Amino acid sequence: MSTKTQPALNISSRRTFLRTLVLGSAYVAAFAAGCLRPIQLLAAEWNKAAFDAKVLAEALKNVGATSATESDQILLKAPEIAENGAIVPVEITSRIPGTQSIYIIADKNPQPLVAIFDITAGMEPFISTRIKMGESSKVRVLVKAAGKFYVATQEVKVTIGGCGG
Amino acid sequence: MADAMKIRAQLQGDMADVKVLMFHPMETGLRKDPVSGDVIPLHFIQRVVATHNGKTVMDAQWSQAVSKNPFVNFHIRGAKAGDKVAVSWEDNKGEKASIETTLN
Repeated sequence: MSTKTQPALNISSRRTFLRTLVLGSAYVAAFAAGCLRPIQLLAAEWNKAAFDAKVLAEALKNVGATSATESDQILLKAPEIAENGAIVPVEITSRIPGTQSIYIIADKNPQPLVAIFDITAGMEPFISTRIKMGESSKVRVLVKAAGKFYVATQEVKVTIGGCGG
Repeated sequence: MADAMKIRAQLQGDMADVKVLMFHPMETGLRKDPVSGDVIPLHFIQRVVATHNGKTVMDAQWSQAVSKNPFVNFHIRGAKAGDKVAVSWEDNKGEKASIETTLN
């Protein structure tokens, strides 16, 4: 009789043990996930795939902008001729309601994606900055609003490239 | 890092015109040291965050193609005298700096 009950007890205690183990590790995982989030206090991770992309199409794909509508509601100010590719001033104003993000791209740079600005409603959809351009190419500005992408471009002729040297 | 940044914010009605200058080499990883000929490693600001009274209003991700000693100008809505505007950056080596100013 004891030989009959003994294994039964063993099995049940092993099950309890396993269940506790599984539940326990689930709690640990949940705890870790919950705890790690506040450390990564910034909203999104640096988009390595998009910034590392060597060609325009790949960069666009990695920011999720495979299709973008041309828009005259994006005002892009950049010089037609930039004497020095190391400092090309770019000024962007978006008149598209609900602008969430502004992307700056230099089509022919070794890595075309230059910058992503995520903005909240507490900001005017306006950014002015200075970028480097390796050679003459289009400067492309993407605006993301309500999950859709809009684009405006301007050709910038660069006299001296600003990436190497 | 007191000398890592400069900020100027001006109230224009209820909008704050904020101009920030960050002192950083923004190395592309393509440049060679003119003396040794060694490639100067990639070193650039990756993240820039702006806050208005502690609330994030702009969160930017950058590549090495933002010009050396980056300059950025942006406009904050609904600003008033006494409000605090802060900007911080972090580069690919984990170096950080931040600066804060009060609107007047």
